[in-house]
Amino acid sequence: MNEQLPASLQARLTREQIAERAAQDIADGSYVNLGIGMPELIAQFVPEGREIVLHTENGLLGMGPAPTPDAVDVELINAGKKPVTANPGASYFHHADSFAIVRGGHLDLCVLGAMEVAANGDLANWSTGRDDAIPAVGGAMDLVSGVRTVRVMTTHCTRDGTPKLVEKCSYPLTGAEVVSRIYTDLAVVDVTPDGFALIETAPGVSFDDVAARTGAPLRDVRESSLT
Amino acid sequence: MIDKRAASAAAAVAAVDDGATVMIGGFGEAGSPIELVHALIDQGASELTVISNNAGNGQVGLAALIRCGRVAKIIGSYPRSSNSTVFTDFYRAGRIELELVPQGTLAERIRAGGAGIPAFYTPTGAATELADGKEQREFHGRPHLLEHALTADWALIKARAADWHGNLLYSKTARNFGPIMAMAAETTVVQASSVDAPGALDPETIVTPGIFVDRVVHVPDPAQEFELVAHGAHYP
Repeated sequence: MNEQLPASLQARLTREQIAERAAQDIADGSYVNLGIGMPELIAQFVPEGREIVLHTENGLLGMGPAPTPDAVDVELINAGKKPVTANPGASYFHHADSFAIVRGGHLDLCVLGAMEVAANGDLANWSTGRDDAIPAVGGAMDLVSGVRTVRVMTTHCTRDGTPKLVEKCSYPLTGAEVVSRIYTDLAVVDVTPDGFALIETAPGVSFDDVAARTGAPLRDVRESSLT
Repeated sequence: MIDKRAASAAAAVAAVDDGATVMIGGFGEAGSPIELVHALIDQGASELTVISNNAGNGQVGLAALIRCGRVAKIIGSYPRSSNSTVFTDFYRAGRIELELVPQGTLAERIRAGGAGIPAFYTPTGAATELADGKEQREFHGRPHLLEHALTADWALIKARAADWHGNLLYSKTARNFGPIMAMAAETTVVQASSVDAPGALDPETIVTPGIFVDRVVHVPDPAQEFELVAHGAHYP
């Protein structure tokens, strides 16, 4: 599918650029949970002068970056089971407290990966629903039900070009009507009561480029389109 | 006199019966009570129901317990592992049952079990397939699911420091499910790197009060599951 892309889409954002864009929207002082995988990159791009505190489900607030290889502590890991560090001001707690933080609405924001996001904010990111899949859900359902703002960072389409932003999810849901904003390699899209709304495109990408790769109606609400 | 020290891991788990429900602490490879689980393998109890967030790593600990055919059912949130196919193979072969529970619901069900709360409503999982068959009720205009407490005959957990009364301190994110599992089991067995006389631990910093603990095994230099897996260790 890639070779059929128009020239403008050759310049789609890298994972790091999507992460950098998502990081711009995180307010100073926020308590944030970043999903395993691509969203973890966001931590590297928090704008200078802003302090955010990262939560990881397995019992740490104040998670820092990965340690150097010689400083790995196997008892200090993140929810992705990778070695991390603890920043000054960090705290440890058990799993029930960790999910009281999540479910109790104490986190300002989480940014998660997605298999599909529907125009009403439904999120599917835990199961392909295939019969041979090993069921595994982790903390995804708790995060979407409890964190005040849930955003998604993902590629706009799957590797074979199928839109991930859809009218209705075909995969099993993680939560209903939970996502409010989506950062992709093509655009920033908000979920509104009237469905998907384009608020920004990557440089060189047009509304039509994004609309053609979105599996549900897309409204253009960019400031430039309203003037 | 209260002295919960057990002579060995083997002695501490000697009374586990076939068919018992066993909570096993740990998240990923952090906090796995490897020495206690290996003692349970040696002890031989089978048809166990295991409550654990994951389903083991490599060929040691919980993965080895499953491979030895001792586990009839797992209650957990994320049984897939990038470094072990033991659970996957048993699950696909229909040799192990799985009750999949969202991680926060798993933690709260265990906490509730230890706190004398038989069931509770949670928004987690509403409108998903994990809501199937569960009682639903609306609060504040949102659907919630009725979830039941989890208790167990045994809990096997790992601590950094203990005293003879069973007061516990943990290490970093190896704490994870330890404190709540200690509360929810009929008999809680702890392996700890240090075990000292009462008074050695500052009461202000104790994470698990000794009342939740029944047996303390001194394992001064515990194996780290991460390292065992990295070296391809195989138990037994």
